[in-house]
Amino acid sequence: MNTSTLAVEKKITKKTTRIKGSDAVLQCLIAEGVTTIFGYPGGAIMPIYDALYHYQDKLNHILTRHEQGAVHAAQGMARVTGKAGVCFATSGPGATNLITGIADAQIDSTPLVCITGQVPSHLLGTDAFQETDVMGISMPVTKWNYQVTRAEEIPYAIARAFYIANTGRPGPVLIDITKDAQFAEFDFTYDKCEKIRSYHPYPEALPLDLEAAANLINEAKKPYILVGQGVQLSGAENELIRFAEKTGIPMAATLMGLSGIPTSHPLYVGYLGMHGNYGPNIKTNECDVLIAIGMRFDDRVTGDLDRYAKQAKVIHIEIDPSEIDKNVKTTVAINSDAKQALLGLLPLVNVSTHKDWIDEFHQCDKIEHDKVIDAELYPDSGEIKMAEVINRISEVTNGDAIVVTDVGQHQMVANRYYKFRKSLSCITSGGLGTMGFALPAAMGAKVGQPERTVITVIGDGGFQMTIQELGTIRQSDLAVKILILNNNFLGMVRQWQQLFFEKRYSFTELDNPDFQMITRGYGIKAQKVEKRENLDQAIHDWLHSEGPALLEVVVEQEGNVFPMVPSGASVAEIRLD
Amino acid sequence: MSLELKYPTSTPREFTLSVLTEDKSGLLNQLTIIFTKRKININSLNVSNTEVKGVSRFTIVTETSKDMIDNIVKQIRKLIDVLGAFVYEEHQIFYQEIALYKVPKYAIVDGNSIEDLVSKSGARILVVETDYMIIEKTGNSRETHDLYQKLEPFGLLEFIRSGRVAISKSTRKTEAYIKELEASNSNKLSIKDF
Repeated sequence: MNTSTLAVEKKITKKTTRIKGSDAVLQCLIAEGVTTIFGYPGGAIMPIYDALYHYQDKLNHILTRHEQGAVHAAQGMARVTGKAGVCFATSGPGATNLITGIADAQIDSTPLVCITGQVPSHLLGTDAFQETDVMGISMPVTKWNYQVTRAEEIPYAIARAFYIANTGRPGPVLIDITKDAQFAEFDFTYDKCEKIRSYHPYPEALPLDLEAAANLINEAKKPYILVGQGVQLSGAENELIRFAEKTGIPMAATLMGLSGIPTSHPLYVGYLGMHGNYGPNIKTNECDVLIAIGMRFDDRVTGDLDRYAKQAKVIHIEIDPSEIDKNVKTTVAINSDAKQALLGLLPLVNVSTHKDWIDEFHQCDKIEHDKVIDAELYPDSGEIKMAEVINRISEVTNGDAIVVTDVGQHQMVANRYYKFRKSLSCITSGGLGTMGFALPAAMGAKVGQPERTVITVIGDGGFQMTIQELGTIRQSDLAVKILILNNNFLGMVRQWQQLFFEKRYSFTELDNPDFQMITRGYGIKAQKVEKRENLDQAIHDWLHSEGPALLEVVVEQEGNVFPMVPSGASVAEIRLD
Repeated sequence: MSLELKYPTSTPREFTLSVLTEDKSGLLNQLTIIFTKRKININSLNVSNTEVKGVSRFTIVTETSKDMIDNIVKQIRKLIDVLGAFVYEEHQIFYQEIALYKVPKYAIVDGNSIEDLVSKSGARILVVETDYMIIEKTGNSRETHDLYQKLEPFGLLEFIRSGRVAISKSTRKTEAYIKELEASNSNKLSIKDF
């Protein structure tokens, strides 16, 4: 008997049970290995929530305070586990509140399965109460979406949803389920999706491309590796280290690529982009072979494309063919996932070292230390600097924490100065730059990795965009360590106003509330530090306290993040002050 | 290759896209989003069944640069329910459009010359009603536009032209192409030590 007949037999003998659509949704999730759902109930999703009442032993539902909190939490969980995060929301405003997080997940390649309730199918298109065209709204920001109007479609839709979200270049998927489909009974059976004929998530690296790339690498005098998130998404951390160590090539990481390589690795030369390190940026325009792995040449990394790495031959390892030649023209493109490409390249590349070339990075590092870093990390007087706070936390946690950052100056500083030791530890809103991301994403990260310390670094502006999630943290007892770097400004915008808009601080100053009182009001421990001499003790108490805790550090009001590649400038024009 | 030399990749020119998709609702929207987000106009659009059951073909004509169209095609291929997307330039396809022209009856006072014009243009008179007649012409947009200009002096009442339908000069069989997709193993990650 061949396997296909077996499969057919299996299908025939497979038992079906007659259940409601709402129960089917939950059984599908359980079959996909889902343990946690972040969500918020409402009219059109009530049948699913009613079913959930009976599944509390199998599915942990975390009630957020806003649907945006639910989707960011699902993102946080996905980012630390590598598996699709799941969130629920009702129709209309519930669904539209998910959109920011879905767009964030789309641009940062985060797998999500979002399930929204919808008005009953006979009311579709009638402007019914809480009806919105979530299919149309979410289409540009999802990898796939589907509207279920009959209960029978639920297993098909959810099976596809997980397959599409998790495979290839991951991304968010939305399933919209009408209320009548949730109520209706049908004969349920579940088969995981394993193939879609129009979807080919894993292109195979072609031997010819691998050979061409290996030849370029073997002949290169100044080769340079750029590490993107693709390394972590494909689990290629070890292969990357083996590849870099064999070839002796220095490596830098994009924001999304951070923590893919330990910061302390001798071949790791730093962080790329607008507020990245000095050497990694200027050397992009001096290398002879640029090896970009699982990254998409975002404008925050490249600066002016017309003056970006023009001297270099570019090897682009990328799973998504639409990213190849999109921004930077490649000499050799390897269209496959990073791990497969690196495994293919490993036997083809020669053992080498590039000591003089790496020394050039070290010289740049020294310049950056002298002009920027030392003064940031070890100021003797004046107000507390963001960088010294991050540096102390990095030392105290030994680089083992998951660091979830919001968007702005604190984000750049945290990612510049935290010395990551473990993969999947830098969780940030990269492509979309979503303020308000960090607090809820940190909740998801803590649920996904309960044994690890989860620190979230947030500015006083972003904190107030999703501050209500303190309620979720309390109710669900999520031991997140919240660090607020408070400069009473929308700091990054203020920095741009200072540098490029002649200090016209147009609507960037914040008259903030008492964050301590608010946090305590939610039943969460809070402390505030204003003086440098109290910082160490406060960090110690904060990190060693049980459960969630907030530490607010009042930092320099008008501090700037340097180095900086001004918008539209070349990476070679990076400013140190 | 000579075309590549003649036009720099950034010069706008006309392209015909042929997109094979699963017959699913919402696909038109997904396709147009890729154009609208770059603020690129679609000059004409046609959707039809193909010889393969459950497979539709979108024929899209647009004017943009080579770089941009390459990018657009890759993003179209990325859509989950898209089976294939191909970009053609004029010399790589045979294509036709249908144009209908409504001309007032009083124009036929000069009956001979209009009939003469219709037959010389390879068009035909579709219907003759009490007040007007409808002329049909199949051809490329230059040809249908040419007739438009000739009929305009007769007091054209209405003019409509269909989207382009195009068939490539390649000998690939749609069904065989789809079978090939079905047989592909790129649904799974095959980690190999090369």
